[in-house]
Amino acid sequence: MRLTPPPARLSKPALLLGDPKTRMTEIANPRFLRPVTASDADVGRAITFDAPLLLDCGRSLSPITVAYMTYGTLNASRSNVVLICHALTMDQFVSSAHPITGKPGWWEDMVGPGKPIDTDRFFVVCANVLGGCMGTTGPAELNPATGRPYGLDFPIVTIRDMVRAQAMLLDALGIEKVMCVVGGSMGGMQVLQWAATFPERVVSAIPMACAARHSAQNIAFHEVGRQAIMADPDWKGGTYQLHGTQPSKGLAVARMAAHITYLSEIALQRKFGRNLQEREQISFGFEPDFQVESYLRYQGMTFVDRFDANSYLYITRAMDYFDLAAEHDGRLAEAFQGSKARFCIISFTSDWLFPTSENKLVAHALNASTATVSFVEIKTDRGHDAFLLDEPEMYATVRGFMNSVAASVGA
Amino acid sequence: MSLRPDLAAIAEMIPRGSRVLDVGCGDGALLEHLIRTKAVDGRGIELSQQNVNACVARGLSVMQGDADTDLNDYPSAAFDVTILSQTIQATFAPKDVLNHLLRIGRRTVISLPNFGHWSVRLSLLVQGRMPRTKSLEFDWYDTPNIHLCTISDFVSMARSTGAAIERALALDENGATREMQAEAWGPNLLANGAIFLLKRKTADGDRTTRPPSGLNA
Repeated sequence: MRLTPPPARLSKPALLLGDPKTRMTEIANPRFLRPVTASDADVGRAITFDAPLLLDCGRSLSPITVAYMTYGTLNASRSNVVLICHALTMDQFVSSAHPITGKPGWWEDMVGPGKPIDTDRFFVVCANVLGGCMGTTGPAELNPATGRPYGLDFPIVTIRDMVRAQAMLLDALGIEKVMCVVGGSMGGMQVLQWAATFPERVVSAIPMACAARHSAQNIAFHEVGRQAIMADPDWKGGTYQLHGTQPSKGLAVARMAAHITYLSEIALQRKFGRNLQEREQISFGFEPDFQVESYLRYQGMTFVDRFDANSYLYITRAMDYFDLAAEHDGRLAEAFQGSKARFCIISFTSDWLFPTSENKLVAHALNASTATVSFVEIKTDRGHDAFLLDEPEMYATVRGFMNSVAASVGA
Repeated sequence: MSLRPDLAAIAEMIPRGSRVLDVGCGDGALLEHLIRTKAVDGRGIELSQQNVNACVARGLSVMQGDADTDLNDYPSAAFDVTILSQTIQATFAPKDVLNHLLRIGRRTVISLPNFGHWSVRLSLLVQGRMPRTKSLEFDWYDTPNIHLCTISDFVSMARSTGAAIERALALDENGATREMQAEAWGPNLLANGAIFLLKRKTADGDRTTRPPSGLNA
């Protein structure tokens, strides 16, 4: 992967000069929760903003560091920007090796040279979300007021706060308008929030596998995950960093439960059925007899190597609190009233976490607010995770939409 | 690429600059034509994934969906014109679909194949088998056209919804059109299809129209 540094260098900030409140520092090597093991992986960049960010919870946070990756080159008219918003447990390493795990980027089939989001043509930006643990300020970071990690002293952040932090980053990069904001799941929530909060900055939007509000069932699953973390004695009220422990068991259970919701019953059955794991017969015990058990344990185990338990609490909470219509007296259509953006909403038939019906509600609200909206339902049996997987119809939809938007803005 | 003649005849009925909903818009050829030549604000609904992708790539606003289930979500009088081209015979509940089209649009343009054409009648009479024609080329057991009708059948249903028939065109086998009398027996025997321009009756007089959905327009 060829990586081009963003032309808008921060030593000469384009938009923010002369405003003493926007002091910022560029950081060449963002600090992640865990040490970098993939030595040849690009770690990206980060910017620390000194100005406080007023959060939805009423508290303000400063300084704020936003870690990000870019792919491709910003064109002269700055009209070819694609902002990618990542999901709950993803990060900014969309299309390049993950510096901690060494694994390929999470959306390499979607984003890259010649891919539907073509980095030969577009300048792709993805930032780690506020509350995350891959370089952006989150609960694992040191609280300047105490000199100790924030832990549960970290303020509750919302999807809108995450979007505000991304807007600060784009300001710093000298980017006024975004040709397309793209994301799935929690990333899709951010996409909708972008269109609602910064309508003048969004030319087009692709919210995938998401909803305008988190459902009761989804909140319930998140609560199971959080309770698993908090029930781990190593969590220690969120102060585990001070004790040199981490609630690995709790976080792994949270991940296991959540992972089931990302798949479909059919996909699980096809992948594992009742197949036994490295044995001929059941053991009449509680060892992982079945392949599906072993798979889930592996998912949980590897997750704790790259994710912070408190970050998991905070980010799941941000999703739970997401309700775009609530900002507009329950009328979702009004959330998009000011938007001139073109939308392409994508859902997946077997996604029961963010089912087609939830995605369609957004489409209907956009239609009712006379926005320009397309809606596509991809037929797949792979559940919520389908947006991350090889789905040719999804690629065709995104490619066609990106091309037509790019033509309309001359990018 | 030139527009199919029957689509061109529909396009000719659409006022400049109007808001148009094309239900069953296919690959978007008509919508694109209307946007380009008549500056309409055009939207589409289409069942086929492949067609929706073609529309999206054309820069059109199209919802993947089903006329039978999704029209309920559209507010009343949201569009100047609703279009249903060569689709009504494939819907599960044609009368409900028509009522929705009349409710959502101030005017409705519908085109349909004519099952009363002499060749269809003759084929059934002589062969005693369900007819297969150029435009309806399926066997009875695998046809998507589950509600075929004659021009007279359609006119009778349209009248029963209280809609006024403002224009009626007969289509020949090449898609060429000529004006016709909706109730005349000639076109019902000789035309391959028809295009109707309908106007809904005023809201309080039409009991067959479903109430609008709960969406706030």
